[in-house]
Amino acid sequence: MKKVIFKGTLLPYLLLLPQLAITAIFFFWPAGQAVYQSFLREDAFGLSTEFVGFENFLDVLHDQTWLDAAGRTLLFSGSVATLALGSALFLAVQADKHIRGANAYKTLLIWPYAVAPAIAAVLWLFMFHPNIGLFGRMLNGLGVPWDYRLNGNQAMLMVIMASAWKQVSYNFIFFLAGLQSIPKAVLEAAAIDGARPTRRFWTIIFPLLSPTAFFLLVVNLVYAFFDTFGVIHSLTQGGPGKATETLIYRVYTDGVINLNLGSSSAQSVILMLLVVVLTVIQFRYIERKVHY
Amino acid sequence: MATLTLRDVKKSFGATPVLHGVDLDVKDGEMIVIVGASGCGKSTLLRIVAGLETETSGEVLIAGQSMKGLEPADRDVAMVFQNYALYPHMSVFQNMAYGLKIRGLPKDQIQRRVDEAAGLLGIGHLLHRKPRELSGGQRQRVAMGRAIVREPKLFLFDEPLSNLDAKLRVELRAEIRRLQRRLGITSLFVTHDQVEAMTLGDRLVVMNAGRAAQIATPMEIWERPADTYVAGFIGSPSMNLLSARLEAGGAAAILDAGGLRLPFVDGPRAGAAGRKLTLGIRPEHLRLGEGGLDVMVELVEPLGGESVLHGKLADGTPLTARLPGARYADGAMTLALPPESLHVFDGETGKRIEAGD
Repeated sequence: MKKVIFKGTLLPYLLLLPQLAITAIFFFWPAGQAVYQSFLREDAFGLSTEFVGFENFLDVLHDQTWLDAAGRTLLFSGSVATLALGSALFLAVQADKHIRGANAYKTLLIWPYAVAPAIAAVLWLFMFHPNIGLFGRMLNGLGVPWDYRLNGNQAMLMVIMASAWKQVSYNFIFFLAGLQSIPKAVLEAAAIDGARPTRRFWTIIFPLLSPTAFFLLVVNLVYAFFDTFGVIHSLTQGGPGKATETLIYRVYTDGVINLNLGSSSAQSVILMLLVVVLTVIQFRYIERKVHY
Repeated sequence: MATLTLRDVKKSFGATPVLHGVDLDVKDGEMIVIVGASGCGKSTLLRIVAGLETETSGEVLIAGQSMKGLEPADRDVAMVFQNYALYPHMSVFQNMAYGLKIRGLPKDQIQRRVDEAAGLLGIGHLLHRKPRELSGGQRQRVAMGRAIVREPKLFLFDEPLSNLDAKLRVELRAEIRRLQRRLGITSLFVTHDQVEAMTLGDRLVVMNAGRAAQIATPMEIWERPADTYVAGFIGSPSMNLLSARLEAGGAAAILDAGGLRLPFVDGPRAGAAGRKLTLGIRPEHLRLGEGGLDVMVELVEPLGGESVLHGKLADGTPLTARLPGARYADGAMTLALPPESLHVFDGETGKRIEAGD
């Protein structure tokens, strides 16, 4: 890496300022607000405010509906991460082969990442809406009672697929880069050693990709925890009932719809701690466990 | 242990021909070195034998069996790569045991074979290390160990020494030769280094632009190079090549530069008077003496016991001489060409012309 040395300190700080300002305004300030709010109880109109200490946190952690949402979030995040990682790995392995039109194929695979969550949701809606969706109507025509607006499991399946689909591109890029960084000679050595393609994949390629895979796992979990609000909001609004209400969606419902600001803030502080933990694990693991 | 036969092996990448038809018969236990400049197709040839590339036409036979359509896994060959190609996430032991595990050998046998090979190579104390914790020389030993434990029909070496420093290269070169002799496994060794080629090979294949220019023992190649390419490639410093014309009667050549007459002591060459020739003489065969070539020496490289002199003839043709002693200076000098050390090549095709041809 090329190092640039500045004289004095003013210019470097000036250059850092925009980034620092963005972080301060869009992260530290709201985060600080959330922490502050989480210790308060306020009526819906903001007329009276009372300091309640950790009561909001205790209430949240004892609330069965919150715990249900937490379980649902684990299922949702686990499924999204598994599906997104699995399909991305499969596609990356295919793209790494010498195939005709590989470049077009790679470009197409990267596109979904550029699609806004709401647009992605509308796309899936057009495919799976029971009345107007191509596949939704097909399923009903085949006698499968498909309506994600009524069936909670189907709704969950929908949001999982839509969320995973959006993340495949990101994973794909990393997996492809990981695959391409494996020296060809190593795979040839394995081939000469008698390993056939499947065995080569599981004994050479997969272990060498595992640091990438772990990094992506954490990124995908964080994505599923925090960045899927848009997809859920546009597809199911957390419904039917509470079937697709994840923790992040509940923060929104409790805070913005129900105006229970104290509880909502406490919930988002809990989520914040969770992402901190995930990040720490990731840094620790990546420092230690990169084995080549 | 096995024989290896190549029959008119050709290879093109797209429209670009890389190999123009190579024939080779390797005897059981023989060490063949394929040598040539980069881009001559030597690595491609090795990879075709390994099954990593598919020949466009022709045939590869190992132990008399056609390898047509067989995957590398089914050929029972082992290969040592230039950049070692060790499995980075496995320990040295796992690296060496990988091929045996795939073949389903019982654990105790794997252990025994790996220990044996590790002992042979002096890497017994490294078995639990990861490749990244090894030096270049150790890595190459592990790569060789991985090949040895397999007890394959054929060893393939793809420039295994070129990433090592000079001292280690000489050490490992001798080691490879000893091991290969001891194990008696038929081997193909690719290199661009003519010293490696001369010292390692039972026979050499000198490749030039996708063809085998000459296949012979190192001494045969040195003494009777088949063409001007081989003559210039093998030997250091390179053989001097001087253009000349055949004298009427074919008993001597007249050098273009200076008109010096050089008789052929082993017999006359065929052809009309004035036939274009290229005469070769190795730098170490030139002597100080009267009645020879007038050379303008421009650079003297003293090597201790001997010196290499770089100079030019009157017409600008470069000439190199290796002379005993160290006391030489730049300037005019006369060098004699002993007629018995002359190599005669066709001036147009570059092919060697023997007496009576």
